[in-house]
Amino acid sequence: MRSPDSPVLSITGLIKDVGPLASLDGKMLRVVSGVSLAAERGQVTALLGANGAGKTTTIECAQGLQRRSGGSVSLLGQDPDTAGAELRSRVGVMLQDGGLPPSARPIPLLKHIAGMYRHPWPVDELIERLGIDTFSRTTVRRLSGGQRQRLALAAALAGNPEVLFLDEPSAGLDPQSRQLVFQLISELRDAGMGIVLTTHLMDDAQRLADYVYIIDAGRNVAEGTVAQLLQRNISADSGQEHVRTLLFESRPGLDFTGVLPATVDVREARAGSYAVTGALTPEDLAALTAWWAAHGIMPGSMSLEARSLEDVFLDISGREIR
Amino acid sequence: MSRVLGSAPAPLLRRILLQGKYEALTMLRNGEQLILAIVLPLMALVGLTVTPLLDGLGGSRVDVAVPGILALCAMSTAFTGQGISTGFDRRYGVLRFLSTTPLGRTGLIAGKILAVLAVLLLQVLVVGAVAFILGWHPTTAGWAPALVLLVLGAAAFTALGLLVAGTVRPEATLAITNLLWILLGALGGIVIPAERLPGPARELVHFLPSGALGEALRDAFLAGTFNGGATLILLLWTAFAGAAAIRWFKWN
Repeated sequence: MRSPDSPVLSITGLIKDVGPLASLDGKMLRVVSGVSLAAERGQVTALLGANGAGKTTTIECAQGLQRRSGGSVSLLGQDPDTAGAELRSRVGVMLQDGGLPPSARPIPLLKHIAGMYRHPWPVDELIERLGIDTFSRTTVRRLSGGQRQRLALAAALAGNPEVLFLDEPSAGLDPQSRQLVFQLISELRDAGMGIVLTTHLMDDAQRLADYVYIIDAGRNVAEGTVAQLLQRNISADSGQEHVRTLLFESRPGLDFTGVLPATVDVREARAGSYAVTGALTPEDLAALTAWWAAHGIMPGSMSLEARSLEDVFLDISGREIR
Repeated sequence: MSRVLGSAPAPLLRRILLQGKYEALTMLRNGEQLILAIVLPLMALVGLTVTPLLDGLGGSRVDVAVPGILALCAMSTAFTGQGISTGFDRRYGVLRFLSTTPLGRTGLIAGKILAVLAVLLLQVLVVGAVAFILGWHPTTAGWAPALVLLVLGAAAFTALGLLVAGTVRPEATLAITNLLWILLGALGGIVIPAERLPGPARELVHFLPSGALGEALRDAFLAGTFNGGATLILLLWTAFAGAAAIRWFKWN
């Protein structure tokens, strides 16, 4: 649920044109066309979308890194295009490309950044919390992807911000770093930080986000808590919750028309590989297994899965590759 | 985790001083930059002192050479060194990241200017010390105009360096600023006075920032005079390059 407090970030009808571009005969390209969203304190708000959907442009307009072409942005009650150092001191930013000088060493760099703030997060604490001491003598250019992301997160947190922007935070993270970073993000959320992240990974959104905006082709096309999005119906008329998918493998070409209710979607994704999706009930499972028994079918494998955010995302933004 | 979130910016001056110190140390730790800033100017100084290239120009070899070498130092640090580092900072998103901190874009530029001035001061001290050993006798009255001119020259070359760094790829910045350093250093009226250059160059270099700075510094240290015309030319370069950099500098 969205809290009644005023949001830390509120974007209304954001428009961003870039160009003029030679590839478009000197015309402008509209990369964001009407995104609206809000982010609250103590919540992780995710912008989920494919690469090129306009997520980064949207949050860069919120950070004041890009100037919007239309719409309004309010970050902690201020317009990022005109706000000054006071607002920037309350907002932490982790860029997609890191933005750290390649020749720098982690600790002097963090100390330098912390020096820009009056009440920074103690650098020693950040170093310990993000495991930076294990690579403190290595220059940025020699760090692994995971180490670099952890350092970039520490740099974003150096000012002890109220709002934290993370652009693709799990890019390049090894499983250990990912665990560390996700744990910290959850703790920061619980401490009351308003966290806005972009991701193209459903798994990130599913694990971290309290509220998700699905961005597609420069617009937000769906929003809700992860649970709400998962409960969206595959077909608008099925009217039921708790969509699940039963996957099983057996011999190709099975025809079980009439075994399951019409609202349940049955498809043979590959030869012999079946996906049964819908608001499945115990009765549906009983009917299906009874039909297997009657036809002497023993599946090679079977699994029951809750519908994933990925399915929701693909249903909304289409399955074709762009 | 229980913590009170939220901070406030450190005072503006402190932010700029911090950035200036950080950038100056980064420049001095970079081997190539150090060669460009200190080693090559010193080699040029010694070279001009032991060869007859500058004979007959109204002063001892070292007296004619030092003002040009100091002008060369300003060009090394403000144009080539600072241009290259800004170009690569831009490529790696460092400018974008720092502009999201309380430092901001103006603080970042101010920090760069401060770093250029700090490194330039160090160059003046090192070159000056070596020059004195080589027998340099500057006119005492020349110091005040010379220091003003060095700062103005650094401003003009910083603006030009930022203009290049902010508009082309960093590899191109590297090529352009190094090539211009060599061309202007040899033929730009900076080390070799205009009257020793071939015909067409002789007239042209008065209007270049290199020629204007070299000429004005020689007038200051050799005669103790203030060259108003050359100063005006440096001011114009600073104004136009600064305006162009503000207009066309791309942060990403």
